[in-house]
Order: sequence, then structure tokens, then C-alpha cells
Amino acid sequence: MRRFTFHRLWAMVLKEFIQMKRDRVTFAMMVGIPLLQLMMFGFAINSDPRHLPTALRTADQGPFARTFIQAMRTSDYFVIVRETTSEAETQRLLQQGDVQFVINIPVDFSRQLLRGERPSVLIEADATDPAATGPALAAVNALAGSIFNHDLPGPLTRLHGKDGPVDFRIHAQYNPENITQYNVVPGLMGVVLTMTMVIITALAITRERERGTMENLLATPVRPFEVMVGKILPYIAVGYIQVSLILVAARFIFNVPMVGSLSLLYAVALLFIGANLAVGITFSTLAKNQLQAVQMAFFFFLPSILLSGFMFPFRGMPEWAQAVGSCLPNTHFLRIIRGILLKGNGLAEIAPELWPLLLFLAVAMTIGVKRYRQTLD
Amino acid sequence: MSTSDLVINVTGVTKRFGDKTVVNAIDLSVRRGEIYGFLGPNGSGKTTFIRMLCGLLTPDAGTGTCLGYDVLTQQAEIKCQVGYMTQRFSYYEDLSIRENLDFIARIYAVPDRAAAVERSLVRLGLQNRSRQLAGQLSGGWKQRLALAACLIHSPKLLLLDEPTAGVDPKARREFWDEIHQLAADGLTVLITTHYMDEAERCHRLAYLAYGNLLTRGTLAEVLAAAKLSTWTVTGPDLRELAAALRGREGVEQVVAFGNTLHVSGRDAAKLEAAIAACRDPRHTWAPARSGLEDVFISLMDSAKDNFA
Repeated sequence: MRRFTFHRLWAMVLKEFIQMKRDRVTFAMMVGIPLLQLMMFGFAINSDPRHLPTALRTADQGPFARTFIQAMRTSDYFVIVRETTSEAETQRLLQQGDVQFVINIPVDFSRQLLRGERPSVLIEADATDPAATGPALAAVNALAGSIFNHDLPGPLTRLHGKDGPVDFRIHAQYNPENITQYNVVPGLMGVVLTMTMVIITALAITRERERGTMENLLATPVRPFEVMVGKILPYIAVGYIQVSLILVAARFIFNVPMVGSLSLLYAVALLFIGANLAVGITFSTLAKNQLQAVQMAFFFFLPSILLSGFMFPFRGMPEWAQAVGSCLPNTHFLRIIRGILLKGNGLAEIAPELWPLLLFLAVAMTIGVKRYRQTLD
Repeated sequence: MSTSDLVINVTGVTKRFGDKTVVNAIDLSVRRGEIYGFLGPNGSGKTTFIRMLCGLLTPDAGTGTCLGYDVLTQQAEIKCQVGYMTQRFSYYEDLSIRENLDFIARIYAVPDRAAAVERSLVRLGLQNRSRQLAGQLSGGWKQRLALAACLIHSPKLLLLDEPTAGVDPKARREFWDEIHQLAADGLTVLITTHYMDEAERCHRLAYLAYGNLLTRGTLAEVLAAAKLSTWTVTGPDLRELAAALRGREGVEQVVAFGNTLHVSGRDAAKLEAAIAACRDPRHTWAPARSGLEDVFISLMDSAKDNFA
């Protein structure tokens, strides 16, 4: 009987199929995860982001300035969302990440152009993510050569010169050398925390239930809230160790600039760690076994990497993907941490990203506690 | 007997899961210091009933008190004074014996915790192995650890759900000696079991089937109330005899015990008539005392007729 027999193999195959059929969640994940990946990789991701929000600060109302602005508007890359004359405002917009670019048109732009003085247009870019700004900035130079073809006919053609009629000065702020690590390494903190925190706690209650220790725990006077918080607190400590490790590596291995306040970063990290732990706990109460819990965590992890702006520029994604991304805590945490480290943002600048984190934490925690109560009866 | 002496005093306790009634209007009163045995086939509602007593489940209907607290509204208070030992080992296998005891002692806020854990270890006889992981213990030791853990906060009521399943006879006997000692000290114990010898060691018994409480009382009362007549028969060709007896009117159970056959039925006259029809001079017939098992199987069969 030591020879291979087909009926024994078939018995195993049949049994596996039956078990697969019984575990509906696992089955759904087997279909759901490929679909999710197809949607995200196929439709959402775009490495040539266009339609980037741009602020315009113009001090010249002459005809050439208007032509220039019109050309910017019709280009695929820039969407002028704000026109202002205040420098303070443009700086605030850049810092908060409301705009990707600020285009400054100087006084006397038209006159200088006509005189052949090659007026300089300053384009300030939020270059924290070089991938988001690179293609647009490359397009600007191509644009420069052709914008005024129509407006500078005949003898004025000479104004085109060999460098074009306008001198574009590009000021890549926050990451002037376009070093990808500056963007990726801080972002990694969000990704690492999402992955470990969600998985660890997703297993926490499922494990108690699978091993039968849950019944015992429920028979003791311990309260649901005590169980939840008791399971979360130790991992907050673990989360802080991870934060510190990544910060040390960022500083000493990758030389990532740290402009802002580290204590603010540590304080905000608490919110983010808490949000992820609460998600994990919620999964934990939903999953029937540990495998399901891990799959749910993975299901959450995928968009947190792909749609949060960690791997691919957030603004390059279609609206629906941006909407999904905006519901994920990692999206907001990435903006906060990049803002603090690279832009030196303070509490006021990160506030718009803080409340979504808080809201997420509250919702996830509420669902978790509610679901936990239900398991009593 | 005054009501204050009743540790458990519930009436009409009912639990439904969906449209299935798992526990159907059970009344039960258990006195202080009593060992109360809960018997019944698998799925008869024993575990569900115990879970309602210790506040794990809320009854759908019924009223009553456990340790003087309302079973419907004061579950938190009940939990503090009950020791509940689950059917399946439910302590942490990746924690050591001492760590498990310490955890439970902390949860219950046991005063002078270190001393309580130490006393518990000494009683277990596990001081030397206190660092061993609970997962490495054998079945009998796990059961002792579980008992020690649910006693650590000095509960007034002990609920034991099949505590001796899969435990060897010697360990079982020691376990019962300990239960009797605890009861003598005033602890009330409600225990479920499938073993008849254990049932006979209880002060009082209750038998559940299909969610209904079919009988209760002391061993003698249960046996008397059953009005079951039993005969034993020895001799050759018992298998043929058993086949001939089965299905006859008045014969409810024909069970082989080695070389003896136990034949029983609730109607003594009909049973004797049936036996008379199968008389064979080679067989020796003798009236016997009905055993608890005979009574319970008879009860279960009649319950099936009524409820299933």
C-alpha cells in the first residue's frame, strides 16, 4: 500500500474543496484580492500625473501674461485652482499640499518679453514626491518654446532666441535635489505601521476564540473595553519602537531632512497607530479564524500601499481612487509625516489631515467594541 | 429551608437560538454546600444553562437569582463570585502555570495576589513546575490547573462543565475527593458529567434532554420516581434472546453487560408478560435494581417521544 494511489489523492482533493467551500470569507478573498489588484494596478495607478492643482501669482496683466496663463490652463498638466497676489498665501497652499505648483509671473512680464530680456517665470513646486512633479516640469520647458509662436510673428520671431522667450526658473521646494528616498523613507513609516499593527491585532481576538480562551475571558468580570484597550496598549509600544527605528534609519542612513518637530510627529503617530490597531481589532471580531483575519488585514493593506500616495502620486489617480484613498488613514498620515519632516509643518498646517485620522479611529473603535459585545450572546 | 440558603434559585429559564429552543423553562434550586449533578445527552442544553447562570448568556425568558443576584440584570456581580470551568481547556497554553494563575488573580483583583497564587500552586502540587507552559501539561494536569485557576478568587459557586472528560480514573477520583472537600467547606458546586459513577457522587441530580428538565432529586428519589423495573438474565444464546425480546410490548431496553442481559421497562406487568413469553429453562432470570444509566436512557427515550 505504499504505492501512490489515485483514490487517496482524490480523497484529499475532494476534502480540500469541501473545506474551501465552507470557508466563505477565504473564498471571497480569493476572488476579491485579484479583482482589487486589477482595479488598482490597471486603472488607478498612473506614473504620469496630470491636472495638478496650481496657484497663480501674477503681477502683470499684459497680453503676453494672459497668453501665458491661457496656455497653462489648456495644458494637461496644470489646473489653476487659485489666483492670488499674496506670497504668504501661495506659501501656505504649498505647505498644506493644497497645490502642487505656484507659478509667479513678475511685474513687467510683457514689457520685458517684448524687449527680449527673457523675463523669468518662477515655478515653485512641492517636490516632496519627485514622481508627482517630474513630468509636469518637463512639460513646462517644451511648452516654453511654443507658447508665444502665435503672438510673436514676423520680426518678433527673433525673441524666441535659442532658449525661448521666457526664462523658467524652477524652484523644487522641500526636496530640491529630487531625492526619492526623502519621500519614500518617511512614507515607509506609514506602510510599516499599517502592515504590522493591523495584522497583529487582527489575530488578537480571533486567536482567543480559536483557542477557546475567549469563553473563559468572557466568564470573568473583565469588560469589553478593558479587553480592547488591554490588547491595544502593548502594541502602541511596539508601534513606537518601529517609528523610532525608521526615524533613526531615515536620519543616519538615508539623510532625510527633518525640518519639523519630532515631538509633534510622535504625538500624531499615536493617533495613526491607534487607528490601525482599531481596524485590526474590528477585523478580529469579524473573522472566524486566524486565516480570515490575515486575509482581511491584507485586503486593507493593499489599498493602503497603492492608493495612499506611497508608491504612486496621489494626484495621478482618477477621482474614485482618490476618494477611496482619502478614506484610508495611511493617506493622511503620509501627508502629515512628509509635511513635518520635509516641509517643517506645524500643528496648524497638518490640522486638515488630523481630523480624518481622528474620525477613522473613532469609527473603527466603535465598530470594534460593538462587535465585541455581540460575541457575548 | 430558607430562600437565603439557595445559591441558585431560578424559574422558567429559557434560551432560544433562532427558532430552536435549547433550554426550555427550567426551574432549579441549589442549596449552599451542595454538589448538584447535571446530566443529559450531548446537546441537551447543559452547557447553555450553565452559561446563563454565570452571565455569559442572557436568558430569553425566566427569572431568578444566582448567589442572590438577578440572572438577567446583575451578570457583572455574578461573574465576580463564580468560578466557571469550561468544557474545553481555556487557559493560555503559551503562558506558564504561574503566569496563568497570576493573570486570573489580577483579573479578579484577588487581595494579596502573590500569596494566593503560591497557595494555589502548593495545593496543585506544582510549585516545582510553575514555570512550565500550560500547553505542555497532560490532560489530567490541565484539568487540575483549570480547577485551581477557577478557585483562585475564592468563588462561592463553582460551575464545572464536564470537568473530567478524558481524565484517567485515578485523577478523576482525586478530583472528586477535592470537590467534596470544597463542598464541605461551604462551596456550592454545579457539575455536568456523562459518567454514572460521578452522578452517584452528587448530593442531588437533574436530568436534561432536548432542553427539558426530566427529573431531579437525590439518587434514591430519581431511581424511585422512574418506576423502572429491571430483570437480569444469564445463560446461553443471549444474542438470540435479546433479539427476541426487543420490540416486544413492555420491553424498553435490552442491554448486554458481559454475560448478563439487563431487560427493563416502565410497566412492570407488561415487562413480566413479555419475559414470560420468552422463558427458556436454560436461562436464569432475576429481578434487579434499576441502575441510574437504565433510568436515564429510559428517560431519554420517553423524552424523544414527547419532544423530538
